[in-house]
Amino acid sequence: MSRSAYIYDAIRTPRGKGKADGGLYEVKPVSLLSRQLQTLAERNQLDTNRVSDVVIGCVSAVGEQGGNIAKAAALAAHWPQTVAGSTVNRFCASGLEAVNIAAMKVASGFEDLMVAGGVESMSRVAMGSDGGAWAFDPETNMIAGFAPQGIGADLIATIEGFSRDDVDQFALRSHQKAAAAEAEGRSGASRVPFADQNGVTILGRDELVRKDASAAALGQLKASFAKIGDFGFDGVAYHKYHAVERINHVHTAGNSSGISDGAAVVLIGSEQIGRELGLKAKARVVSAAIVGSEPTIMLTGPTAATRLALSKAGLSFSDIDLFEVNEAFAAVVMKFQKDTGVPFEKINVNGGAIALGHPLGATGAMLTSTLIDELGRRKLRYGVVTLCIGAGMGIATVFERL
Amino acid sequence: MSDIRFDRAASGIVTLTFDAPNQPVNTMNASFRASLHEAVERLKVEASDLKGVILTSAKATFFAGGDLKELSQVGSADAGKVFSMVEGLKADLRRLETLGIPVVAAINGSALGGGWEIALACHHRVLLDDPRAKIGLPEVTLGLLPGGGGIVRTVRLLGLEKAMPLLLEGKQLSPKAALEGGLVHALAATPQALLAAAEAWILSHPSSRQVFDDEGYKVPGGTPKQPKLAEMLPVAPAMLLEKTKGCYPAPVAILAAAVESLQISVDAALRVESRYFAQVATSQTARNMISTLFFQLNALKAGENRPEAAAPVKVRRIGVLGAGMMGAGIAYAAAKAGIDVVIKDVDLTAAEKGKQYAEKLLDERLRKGQIDDASKAALLERIKPVDRYEDLAGCELVIEAVFEDRQIKKDVTEKTLAHLAKGAIMASNTSTLPITSLARATTVPANFIGLHFFSPVDKMQLVEIILGSQTSPETVARSFDFVRQIDKIPIIVNDSRGFYTSRVFGAFTQEGIAMLGEGQSPIAIERAALQAGMPVGPLAVSDEVSLRLFSLVRKATEADLAKAGKELPHHPANAVIDRMLNDFGRPGKAAGAGFYEYPKDGKKFIWPKLSSTYRGEPIPFDDMKDRLLFIQALETVRTFEEGVLTSVSDANIGSIFGFGFAPWSGGTLQFINAYGLRAFTERARELSSRYGERFSPPALLIAKAERNEAF
Repeated sequence: MSRSAYIYDAIRTPRGKGKADGGLYEVKPVSLLSRQLQTLAERNQLDTNRVSDVVIGCVSAVGEQGGNIAKAAALAAHWPQTVAGSTVNRFCASGLEAVNIAAMKVASGFEDLMVAGGVESMSRVAMGSDGGAWAFDPETNMIAGFAPQGIGADLIATIEGFSRDDVDQFALRSHQKAAAAEAEGRSGASRVPFADQNGVTILGRDELVRKDASAAALGQLKASFAKIGDFGFDGVAYHKYHAVERINHVHTAGNSSGISDGAAVVLIGSEQIGRELGLKAKARVVSAAIVGSEPTIMLTGPTAATRLALSKAGLSFSDIDLFEVNEAFAAVVMKFQKDTGVPFEKINVNGGAIALGHPLGATGAMLTSTLIDELGRRKLRYGVVTLCIGAGMGIATVFERL
Repeated sequence: MSDIRFDRAASGIVTLTFDAPNQPVNTMNASFRASLHEAVERLKVEASDLKGVILTSAKATFFAGGDLKELSQVGSADAGKVFSMVEGLKADLRRLETLGIPVVAAINGSALGGGWEIALACHHRVLLDDPRAKIGLPEVTLGLLPGGGGIVRTVRLLGLEKAMPLLLEGKQLSPKAALEGGLVHALAATPQALLAAAEAWILSHPSSRQVFDDEGYKVPGGTPKQPKLAEMLPVAPAMLLEKTKGCYPAPVAILAAAVESLQISVDAALRVESRYFAQVATSQTARNMISTLFFQLNALKAGENRPEAAAPVKVRRIGVLGAGMMGAGIAYAAAKAGIDVVIKDVDLTAAEKGKQYAEKLLDERLRKGQIDDASKAALLERIKPVDRYEDLAGCELVIEAVFEDRQIKKDVTEKTLAHLAKGAIMASNTSTLPITSLARATTVPANFIGLHFFSPVDKMQLVEIILGSQTSPETVARSFDFVRQIDKIPIIVNDSRGFYTSRVFGAFTQEGIAMLGEGQSPIAIERAALQAGMPVGPLAVSDEVSLRLFSLVRKATEADLAKAGKELPHHPANAVIDRMLNDFGRPGKAAGAGFYEYPKDGKKFIWPKLSSTYRGEPIPFDDMKDRLLFIQALETVRTFEEGVLTSVSDANIGSIFGFGFAPWSGGTLQFINAYGLRAFTERARELSSRYGERFSPPALLIAKAERNEAF
């Protein structure tokens, strides 16, 4: 690497419930993003003329989120016409992919200052509404062995022997950690209350966290994927996982990530531009990795991706102080922990997407700011953000707090 | 000479009459395609002066379908040629469809495959209301897809959801069902009425077009761009995989072509369909299935292997000994074919049960509307339950279906023969006892034969005809004719322990049980069988048959061999079976405990203790699949080598219809052909070195491989 990519700021909206009664439902997706851009510029007294490009992760990039929402939001934020924009889709890792792309462009010297991030209004643009060959084209679907994510998550739990109680316990801890962080004011310096054009706050805090979560309540919830499994998707899994006699459908709405709305942006630039603009770097992007993995179980990528990113950085698991492993489903994080031996005390210390929600395209960028906040609060050095990804991929990025 | 007569009437209506010269039926061959092209060219020239076009046939049926001889000769490198061929045909059909004048199909009998695709290209379809007439697209049953526009037009006309069963299952519909399903627009009572209806429709629809060519036509159920249909798409392949287990390319291509066709224009969709057709038609699976399930099956049914010892005579009356499930099933099958049946058991109550069985089956068919009360009554009339041997007098053939016990069989046979006329045939439905030995116990070994029916008889099409060493060719010929008379498929095999089907099927179940004994995952063994194309896993089917029966047959064999101073070859499955029976008391499904558990109120599942009882390093899944198929193919070669089997078609057809051997493969010997004899031999050696001597290639196979021959 010719030079380092520095993170000068990273902010996120609170996460709203991704339904019509959610706090951010009334906010159009372009505003979720453009107001974040405005906040970023204000916080840093940023000369936006110096930003060359905005790269934004967005999964369901159709309708209100279609047509390259990154450039649309830059325009809507009244940023200079010279700022370009592009939208990337790496499914659930889109936000982190955007961060990695920006970091790579800066590190390579091709760019000096960029905004990366992500946006998703799941309440307004439904998950899956962008179609796609993987699920909807029969030929591709059959080659890939398509099954929805929940089947993969339940398959992981079955193979690893995670019981319904195990995954519910994990979910309960996620809620407890998130609630405690909120109560103790540790929900992050980078979470910016979302306000309307008049400065009136619309949503000030993460909406999905349940202070009153209990094992009993979680245990009451119905398995979410048993029915679609019976339709034939369990059979798709058995076709590859021959020794699994019966999938134990343990995941519910309570131990899977919540449908939610939100946006996040990250300011990434070279050391020199930081000096020129008087910005103080919060962290450095050390390394990043992307891997493909078996597509039917789909969600086992984080382990291999993290291993690869660490080896590129010359670091080992024990060098890493904190991990943000996206809680797409409880079993995903539990398997990562089992595979790597990383103590639970280092993983998702302020809760994860089970408690907070997973606004698909935004989550990777949100976890970046969450990690940097906590590394800063604890005065620790290294952190990793990793996510499982649709169609069988995994992503990981290693950060060093400065 | 043209296959199509072009008659232009003074009314301005052209009738195209399909009439392939010197052929009993019309088929979609090169000659027909050329004739169609010529006719369409002429129609184009004359269209402006014409009122409309009627398509009909001079044969007893409208059109028989594609020319499989032509298709069976294409190789894997001929996809381009096949594509051009179907594209040429479809261009003509599309031209016909878009002439701007009404085009009506006057369907005077069955229209299948390519024939039905021609009818689909017409704007209006009238079908002769003849109960023998069937319409449909059976291509998928031979590993093919309807490539003459059948997918595109069926999907556009009916919508994806209604079209899929017709395309994926190759269902053939009666006139009534075709009308109800919206595939034909009207039925006509007579051929004259048929043509009159076609003509009338033309005159009342002067500016007709194909409905889906109309501006604003809406495909029923919508297109993939609409959520209502889109939401079904991700799960449709999963449901298909449940059925195909990944063994069949054709249904996958059908689903793909069907869905893609709704994304694009008719013309582009027809091209996409042609590309999938060329892909599938040149696949090995299609070659396997066409070879066995069409050519070999037809040849076999036509009597390829029937001795010419006797002129065909129809049987009028048979006797059945034993009114258990097999006897009752045989009685039903014969009565259904119009044969009088005398069914005998120890007392009338027992014999009546045989008739009640038929009644139950008939009630089910009645409920489904397949028969009426009169035909039910007529069929039952033909079954006569009796309890005395003298009531069997006058039977031309008696089939014994009593308990598998030599003494009992000998006893009932002797008592029956006392009342039969000279020359009557005595048959045994035994599945395990050598026929020669049973025949020896009678005074008429030349008239004694094995007729091995499969359970349930009303569903299973195969009958294995087993020759004793003294069975006369005339007895064989007459037995063959009887099997055909009851519309079943006869294969002819020589006497041997287990004959052909039981012996090879036994090799399959034993291999599965052997793998269990090695510590392979029981459920993975079952899945390997299913993904190899078998209808059921070896452990599940062993439970169905019962391990107790396996053990009894083995002991009987052991005893028989001992008399001849021979030993039963060791098989690793035996120890597992003994342990299941003796240590665990788990004989099978009937007992509620076998390799599976059978909970009263739920689905069966693998007995959990199996996995901890047998532990071992997992072997590659492909090895598991190969072991299950190879052992059957190898055992078939051995039966061939020993002269038990004498024809390739008997082997292939017997394996598919007798014990469900992977139909995609075209049967046990075609499996070897498709694999390549050298490669198969090589792989067998590899399996032999890893898993046991039983995989060693037999000499016949090695010799054939060396000579580069196929079965």
